[in-house]
Amino acid sequence: MAWLGVVPFFAYACMFLILPAAVVMVGAFNSDHGGFTTSNVTAILRTANLRDAFWASIKLSAITAIAGGLFGLLIAYAAIRKGTPSWVRSAFGTFSGVAANFGGIPLAFAFIATIGTIGIVTQFIDNAFGVNIYQHGFAIWSPRGVEIVYLYFQIPLMILVIAPAIDGLRAEWSEASSNLGASRWQYWRHIGIPVLMPSILGTLVLLFGNAFAAYATAYALTSGTGLPLVPILIGNDLSGNVLSNPHEGQALAFGMFVVLAAMMIFYIPLQRRASRWAK
Amino acid sequence: MGEVKKQRIAPSAVVWLLLGAAYFLIPLVATLLFSLRNANTGRCCSLSAYGVIVHDPEFWSTIKLSFRLALETIVVGLLLFVPTIYWVHLRLPRMRPVVGFMALVPFVIPPIILVVGLLKFFKDTLHAPFWFLGKPDLFLVGAYVILAFPYIYFSLDAGFRAIDVQTLTEASQNLGASWRTTLGRVILPNIRVAALSGAFLTLAIVMGEFTIASLSAFHTFPTYLQQINQDKAYPAAAATLLSFGITWLAMLSILLIGRRGGQRTVRVGIGR
Repeated sequence: MAWLGVVPFFAYACMFLILPAAVVMVGAFNSDHGGFTTSNVTAILRTANLRDAFWASIKLSAITAIAGGLFGLLIAYAAIRKGTPSWVRSAFGTFSGVAANFGGIPLAFAFIATIGTIGIVTQFIDNAFGVNIYQHGFAIWSPRGVEIVYLYFQIPLMILVIAPAIDGLRAEWSEASSNLGASRWQYWRHIGIPVLMPSILGTLVLLFGNAFAAYATAYALTSGTGLPLVPILIGNDLSGNVLSNPHEGQALAFGMFVVLAAMMIFYIPLQRRASRWAK
Repeated sequence: MGEVKKQRIAPSAVVWLLLGAAYFLIPLVATLLFSLRNANTGRCCSLSAYGVIVHDPEFWSTIKLSFRLALETIVVGLLLFVPTIYWVHLRLPRMRPVVGFMALVPFVIPPIILVVGLLKFFKDTLHAPFWFLGKPDLFLVGAYVILAFPYIYFSLDAGFRAIDVQTLTEASQNLGASWRTTLGRVILPNIRVAALSGAFLTLAIVMGEFTIASLSAFHTFPTYLQQINQDKAYPAAAATLLSFGITWLAMLSILLIGRRGGQRTVRVGIGR
């Protein structure tokens, strides 16, 4: 009878997570008269604006995952490597712990205050160099602008997740390889990068999903219209807690689920491999 | 091979650390400067934006609502998850991967999908009454417990792994303690740090949650923030800083209590 102890938890999870998610998945394949149809989901491939939204979301997520992963890795390594004072490491660690949890509306406004049309940095560049970035093709609601903002939570997340993996690179390995006559490059090529690779790939997948699922930040930056991303389109289908276009909304949600589920399938084995060396 | 002389910081490390610091700090400083602009002239410096915020009754009512929802989410979440995870560690170790898998599901069903599902399920499938759907303390807290679940789970699971649940429970029961005494007086004090960090993280999540609140037509602190930005840019920056302050306090509390407990857990934000 021990299993009775977990009934409340599973009952709750069913009511507020599993069944609502199942309703969306089933709804994505329901026609107007309640029969089965694949046309809602295949409409994503047939309809130009839906296809574009998926493409824009995937591109945004991939670019910010790769750029965030690269900068995060370089900053984390710079903060951890020998010679860097330990307070620098703890400062970056603490800040990343906080910044990875920033996001949503406040994050968007902080960047609107910085590089928005009348932002502090926008006006500073205008006053100092006579260049208004908004007259040179930049806009905070453009893909470039949204990417810059997303990096604010992507980079710290990379730093947080990759730091224990970098710690896992034992000093003995580097010493042993240099004793055997290997160059720094050879050390990284044959030891450092291969050991870190599962962690790096796993984190990139995590960062991709992190950006792909984000709604509030993009909504606040683009006012829900500027850049059509998949979450924004779903939000537009849901106006005032009523699904104005239920088939499209649910089909898009299903499409998002498929992308995120595929991501998880990559993530779990990478995570398992990465934990082999991480301290 | 130990280093004999103290190593100096590498030049390339300095470059990357400075670039990182600049990227992280500039938006914070800019938001502060922006919030200090004079509403009429747009120049520095005036505290009027902060005056607008603290004199706006909506600011207080929404921040109180969000805070209340956060506390309710924490209470419901801990009441639901602490006994469950305790029980799984004690009696159902084979269930651990299942519960752990459930903690990954919210990453595949992010808030934007969850809100569509919750509205479809409770409105169209169950025809839930308005006293449920229209009440943030029921509908929103119900959803927020799910959002908080992975964070509370990973925190508590690590906490329970660090203690010997079996021995503690047997010792307590051999001495004649009831289940309630065992949970409240023996187990809880041992996982306090894990429970507290889960609680503070939940606070940060709920105080910033916009997607579900806005799309199910509730007016919480983040939707208030979005609304005032439409016509009051400088006060919006002032409120943004306040919101950052709340996140900072919550996260620094986790670090402080975590340092004492010697735990380090990696977390992923969800409030986007």
